[in-house]
Amino acid sequence: MTTDFLVRARGIGVSFEGRQVLSHVDLDLLQGQLITLIGPNGAGKTTLVRIVLGLLTPHEGQLQRAPDLRIGYMPQKLFVEPTMPLTVERFLQLPGPTDLKAENLLEEVKIGHLLKQQVSRLSGGEMQRVLLARALSRKPHLLVLDEPAQGVDVNGQVELYELINTIRAEHNCGVLMVSHDLHLVMAGTDEVICLNQHICCHGKPEHVSTDPAYLALFGRREAETLAVYTHHHNHSHDMKGAIIGDSCCDLHADKGPHKHG
Amino acid sequence: MADFVVFALIAGISIALVAGPLGCFVVWRRMSYFGDTLAHSSLLGVALAILFNTQLQIAIIGSCLSFAALLLLLERKQALATDTLLGIIAHSTLAFGILVLSVSDRVQVNLNAFLFGDLLTITLTDLIWIVSCCLVSGVVLIFFWKKFLAITVHRELAMIEGLAADRLYALLVFLIAILIAVAMKIVGVLLITSLLIIPAAAARRLSSTPEQMAIGAALAGSLAVIGGLALSYAWDTPAGPSIVATAFVLFIVVYLKPEAGKR
Repeated sequence: MTTDFLVRARGIGVSFEGRQVLSHVDLDLLQGQLITLIGPNGAGKTTLVRIVLGLLTPHEGQLQRAPDLRIGYMPQKLFVEPTMPLTVERFLQLPGPTDLKAENLLEEVKIGHLLKQQVSRLSGGEMQRVLLARALSRKPHLLVLDEPAQGVDVNGQVELYELINTIRAEHNCGVLMVSHDLHLVMAGTDEVICLNQHICCHGKPEHVSTDPAYLALFGRREAETLAVYTHHHNHSHDMKGAIIGDSCCDLHADKGPHKHG
Repeated sequence: MADFVVFALIAGISIALVAGPLGCFVVWRRMSYFGDTLAHSSLLGVALAILFNTQLQIAIIGSCLSFAALLLLLERKQALATDTLLGIIAHSTLAFGILVLSVSDRVQVNLNAFLFGDLLTITLTDLIWIVSCCLVSGVVLIFFWKKFLAITVHRELAMIEGLAADRLYALLVFLIAILIAVAMKIVGVLLITSLLIIPAAAARRLSSTPEQMAIGAALAGSLAVIGGLALSYAWDTPAGPSIVATAFVLFIVVYLKPEAGKR
């Protein structure tokens, strides 16, 4: 890869039947970078994703891609007709050569046991992992994930986001992710882009979560659940939280003898 | 065995071998109404061909292909819900076809033959048309099989992975159109879709990969043709409906068998 960016968008604008869906959107996605795209329904997140994927040509502005960029895409959901007999293995082999090692891909997303399972019988969480494996099968430089944790229970969501972080680190690929679960993804996110037809605010997650534009869009309640998380996160990070850490241990130490006594 | 029975067998089995795998896509993509519409519109092609005294087989294939193109175009425009659109075209082409047939006094046409098939009057020329069309469609289908499968499972995923999904879909629709055009002689306008759907649906129960289902559907279709013709030969029943009835019995037998995966 000769360029430093994977995808660079400048002044992207899209309108459908006279309604402006996106305007003046700039985006730089670098190698190994994880960008999370948040925004209310109808904010144009999926539209922006479709532009990055090349499924939609923007009406204004331009999009540059690194030469020979390979994109792995994980759609929001995938419904396979129950009338189609299709094993997970076969599903993973659909895009590429038939000698693809489906086992290895499935091991990487920790569902090796599902190799011979019928795709139409997978649970929500299993399906998302299979889709992630399919996205990885092309050895992508860029992973595009559209609400990867949709239809997955809370524990599964945490695990799935951890998995995405691990994969990014191992493959050193860029990630563009649409997610509503900022409190779950912020630890791994390099940059958050808050979208509502235009870019309202962007930056580090802890910065965005206190941005007035973000608060206006998502309200206090959401922001406070985030703040709790950031708080915790900051302390464990910068070591000034030694007192907190100690008091935490003290608390346990206090409790210990009490119980025994 | 008489010539006409051999001709009918060869024609019927060639159609069944291609209709099986193609029918799988019709089932997977929920296109059965689409197939019906194409079949009905081919009757208009027949009527026009008789009116203008052109070669029948070419006219049917031509009209099927042009209606396929029209449907693809309208589907892309999304002006109406697809099923509404198909309903309008299916029935109005059928109505116009019969209208045109009734005013053309050039030849006395047997409407029943077009509606329900007339496999036993098949000529050598018909047979050559049918076999060569099936051969070409079959080869194209095998060549593009994996790509058709990819766009059927997820269109956009396939596009990102480098497939021209819209063009491939159009090709698939044209293959179905050609098959319907040549199969008209066998089971007629009103029964054609059943030859696509019933064998595929029967094969679904017994298969765990798309390829197994395709081969199973081809075999089930061929069995239905052989059984139907035997029925027709023995009891002098009309061939087209006999084939469809046999296919249905096959389907029921397969579904009466308890499902393998169930405990």
